[in-house]
Amino acid sequence: MMELTTDIEALKDRARNIRIDLLKALNNCKSGHTGGSLSSVDILTVIYFSVMRYDPANPSWQDRDRFIMSKGHGAPALYATLALAGYFPREELNNLRKPASILQGHPEYDVSIGIEATTGSLGHGLSASNGIALAGKLDKKDYRVYALLSDGELQEGATWEAITTSSYRKLDNLCAIVDRNRFQNDGAMDKIKDISPVADKFVAFGWEVEELEDGHDIQSLINAFDRAKSTKGKPFAIIANTIKGKGVSIFENKGHYHGVAPSDEELKIALKELGEAA
Amino acid sequence: MSKSAYSDYVLEEPGESIYIREVYGKTLVDLGKSYSDIVVLDADLTVSTKTNLFGKEYPERFFTMGVSEQDMMATAAGFALAGKRPFASTFAIFATGRAWEHVRQSIAFPKLNVKIVATHAGVTVGEDGATHQALEDICLMRVLPNMRVIVPADAIETEQVIRTITDNDGPVYVRLARAKFPTIYNSKYKFELGKASILRHGSDVGIFAAGIMVSEALQAAKLLEEQGIDASVVNLSTIKPIDVETIVSVAEKTKAVITAEDHNIIGGLGGAVSEVLSEHCPTRLKRIGMKDRFGTSGNGMKLLEYFGLKANNIAEAAIEMLNSK
Repeated sequence: MMELTTDIEALKDRARNIRIDLLKALNNCKSGHTGGSLSSVDILTVIYFSVMRYDPANPSWQDRDRFIMSKGHGAPALYATLALAGYFPREELNNLRKPASILQGHPEYDVSIGIEATTGSLGHGLSASNGIALAGKLDKKDYRVYALLSDGELQEGATWEAITTSSYRKLDNLCAIVDRNRFQNDGAMDKIKDISPVADKFVAFGWEVEELEDGHDIQSLINAFDRAKSTKGKPFAIIANTIKGKGVSIFENKGHYHGVAPSDEELKIALKELGEAA
Repeated sequence: MSKSAYSDYVLEEPGESIYIREVYGKTLVDLGKSYSDIVVLDADLTVSTKTNLFGKEYPERFFTMGVSEQDMMATAAGFALAGKRPFASTFAIFATGRAWEHVRQSIAFPKLNVKIVATHAGVTVGEDGATHQALEDICLMRVLPNMRVIVPADAIETEQVIRTITDNDGPVYVRLARAKFPTIYNSKYKFELGKASILRHGSDVGIFAAGIMVSEALQAAKLLEEQGIDASVVNLSTIKPIDVETIVSVAEKTKAVITAEDHNIIGGLGGAVSEVLSEHCPTRLKRIGMKDRFGTSGNGMKLLEYFGLKANNIAEAAIEMLNSK
């Protein structure tokens, strides 16, 4: 059973390590999504080390909470988190995006390493999460389901089909987190197809919503997840306002790094900022 | 030709015409008793697909997803991830067309135990017209790795197909239709996933058919018999994985092959048989089916005539082929 913590400094340190590991992995394979991985790290850190009930030594434990990386392009952040949680050795991150590696460009379903669903094509993960949550209710299990969505993913019509299902089915064992970093592949979302207001939309669709001004603030995230757990009769959405590329100044709020890996030079700068020798 | 040309599990004359989608619904109800992990999802067509029968009996395991086919498919995937045995139903055009990418990414690729049973495939949909007549669904499903594709020919086979896939882990697409299908099998028939069934053994021409076209193919064999032509008739109900051995053995014996389907001749049964024969036993072949076009409104069974999908069309194609040998 994973031992959870609410020690803010300890969690911040894990987030820092996840950032270091994912940037090294991205640089190693010279491709992948830097910006959206970095924006998700603090959310993932809190979910995996402060919120979820699971056991990396018994990955298919039926009563485990489930996490679905609906924004599958954030795979490097998920993989670095799973490695830190002990699902597989950190050295495995060197095989990111290599043929037949367990760590593919986008997550591929493999419970043994903590990947609960195949994602990468946007607009799938919340529906799958609903299915797992519905099955949990049917079986009278008390496990919870967490789904991390990108804000760009809210442009997919299928996402709203799923959002409707969650509230119609009163899935209070489900919590969706929107990584609201305001950038998508082609640039700033408000220059492409603005989806504001996000929180109001979830409220209108029958969800309980908490919007975090700073989606990187560990304590705020912990408090929001607490509120999600105690909410009954409705699914819970956390709209986490984040910074694309968070944690490394040269990547922050730069649309360019949506799908570009750090160069050797950029990695050196990043590791220095994160307090790690290259 | 003596009656011994027919396999012993085939009715000599077409039996009662039955809605195979109703057989699906009733079989689900029966399976629901012994399989507590079956859940059924439907996208606002429960009365037409007959999943409503399951819903009446097991409301807690029945999920109306509304007009949201993509959501339905990925939700079914979620049920499978949590260890359930989900069946997802809607019309074939929406199950395979609208939701194709959800089926690909969330069901076929992770090889999840989702049973997609779609009704209202083909022109026999009738009056609703071309927008509702799936003529590409076999093609769209058979191109997906891990996906099995089954097209039952009558009520007897439909029930066995539903029972077989329930016990068989992994994704599968079952193509049902709106119209009543004449019964062609007797109780001796045993469906086997991946095995074609030879209905009539003949040496002049081989006819491969699926779905409603199997009964037409049997009628065609009778017409040919009157002309002294001895046809093999094969129900290729499992289109994937395809039964290479049976297809090749029939082609080797007859040297001329007809395929018959209520589907586009591109990418469906005709395409699949062509692929097998081109690789394993190059044989002259003629495809009966929808000739790269959309359907139209009209009485479902009469549309088979309208589009040249009847027994006489199959027989004429066979004669033409044999004459030009």
